Amino acid sequence: MKSNIVKGRTWVFGDDVDTDLIYHNKYLAITDPKEMPQYAFEYYPGKEHFAREVKEGDVVVAGKNFGCGSSREHAVYCLKEGGIPVVLAESFARIYYRNAVNNGYPVLVVPGVSSKFSDGDDIEINLETGEVINLTTGEKMHGDAVTDLEKDIMSHGGLIEYLKAQAARKN
Amino acid sequence: MGKTFAEKVLGKAAGMDVSAGQIVTVAPHFCMSHDNAAPIAKIFGEIGVKKVWDASRLVFILDHAIPAPTDKHAQNHKVIREFVEEQGISNFYDVTSEGGVCHQVMCEKGFALPGLVMVGSDSHTCTYGAFGAFSTGIGRTEMAATWATGQIWFKVPDSLKIVVKGEFRKGVSAKDLILKIMGDIKSDGADYMSVEFHGPAIENMSLASRMTLCNLGIEMGAKNAVCPPDEKVMQFISDKAKSSEWEAIWSDDDAYYEKVLEYDLSDIEPGVAKPHTVDNYATVAESKGIGIEQAFIGTCTNGRIEDLEEAASILKGKKVAVRTIVIPASWEVYREAMKKGIMDVLLDAGCVIGNPGCGPCMGNHEGILAPGETCISTANRNFKGRMGNKESFIYLASPATVAASALKGEISDPREVL
Repeated sequence: MKSNIVKGRTWVFGDDVDTDLIYHNKYLAITDPKEMPQYAFEYYPGKEHFAREVKEGDVVVAGKNFGCGSSREHAVYCLKEGGIPVVLAESFARIYYRNAVNNGYPVLVVPGVSSKFSDGDDIEINLETGEVINLTTGEKMHGDAVTDLEKDIMSHGGLIEYLKAQAARKN
Repeated sequence: MGKTFAEKVLGKAAGMDVSAGQIVTVAPHFCMSHDNAAPIAKIFGEIGVKKVWDASRLVFILDHAIPAPTDKHAQNHKVIREFVEEQGISNFYDVTSEGGVCHQVMCEKGFALPGLVMVGSDSHTCTYGAFGAFSTGIGRTEMAATWATGQIWFKVPDSLKIVVKGEFRKGVSAKDLILKIMGDIKSDGADYMSVEFHGPAIENMSLASRMTLCNLGIEMGAKNAVCPPDEKVMQFISDKAKSSEWEAIWSDDDAYYEKVLEYDLSDIEPGVAKPHTVDNYATVAESKGIGIEQAFIGTCTNGRIEDLEEAASILKGKKVAVRTIVIPASWEVYREAMKKGIMDVLLDAGCVIGNPGCGPCMGNHEGILAPGETCISTANRNFKGRMGNKESFIYLASPATVAASALKGEISDPREVL
């Protein structure tokens, strides 16, 4: 059983981080998720070094409307496969949010979060309760609750595993 | 209290009375995928189901990179052709003169129909709302799951009503209106919502212009965008409808809206979205004189016959000052443009014409920018690096503004050359 507590360092991004900034069009023909992390945030001004320097367990913190734009799931895979345990944002674009849930990837809506962290702060997140602590400043905040269906899909590790479990239950 | 469009259509599909905020499971009428049908087929294979739930409801249209520019793209296309064969998918538009940009083909071939629930593995699937469909973009995993189960869950969205009246002034079109709306409400202004376009000006608009409006719905964060299924829609679909399950459904006058916005077309001016966000609005008057190296007319936003006609009316008898790439949204549009003599006008003006498809819109091929270059484009996205180079700049504008700018080599007001 994986722990619900995540601890790491933060990488802080602004508002309206679009899918080209997270994972550029240029690499869309790639279909193996394992090849995707090397291109994460390559086009984000000032964060071009993200893929080279990110460490397993680091956390992405962003402003509003994270993941706006395309429906590409690369933008989820490149972070999930890159060892980022969770993305926190003030809000997510609809398709990005759904793609994350459907891949069993934790994303948490935390009001005001981007102004409460700087790059390299230490963070602790309880994925079960949604509690978030900035260990560097001591400030605590809380993520929004998710629906039961989303929780159910997440707990199976994503939509495909969820469907398989449902099919197995029927048989 | 009456019902919104989204409440009515999703309620009908779910077989019960529903309200905004409720979660429903529905069977989509059509599922559209483009070149990404290849990775979706791979995910589908992992589910362990041999056959898709209903092959007649799947539509595949290659458009993102056609004909294949690299071996990786070619390999993906091959996977799709094999999957089509294996699953017996008859609605397949390969590299063929029946094809074009997926959203254009979905509309012109009669898949986009009033009252249907449609999903596509592309964010601009919201375009089909121009024909009164509830249509929305989904990711690959979700599409694979939908192929397997024939079902998808939705939260019934809140709705935003945009009422439009008045008439466009000369040189101003639907693109200018939607750029202005996005500038006002910003790129998350309709997050998760159903956007309904209402009012006499929408009824006066062509279906092509309505497609332009709905196409940009996703750029405001909307789940779907929709126009009334009126007589124009009925006439268009009368001999084309690919399904008999459609029904003209529209919101009640007393439905509840989160927000209501009103626009008068006579207030709308030629506009642009400046780099690097779609909501970075400015009027053309404010942007005049900004130098460009490339002009691009095409895409699912503005690559239709009325768009090419508008551009041709400005370029007729003149010469472009910068390289100008024109890509009709489909081969049907291409053929009509040839018949109408539009192609000759564009070629005489110095434009180059590309084969229908997405072209350089997302930086795959056929017009990638060099570092430091600026392109004015009729597309729907100007994200940093969208056209293949992160040191380049993209301004979004109407076909008229792009054509006028191509003539001068700088951002120019179409009203001055019309």
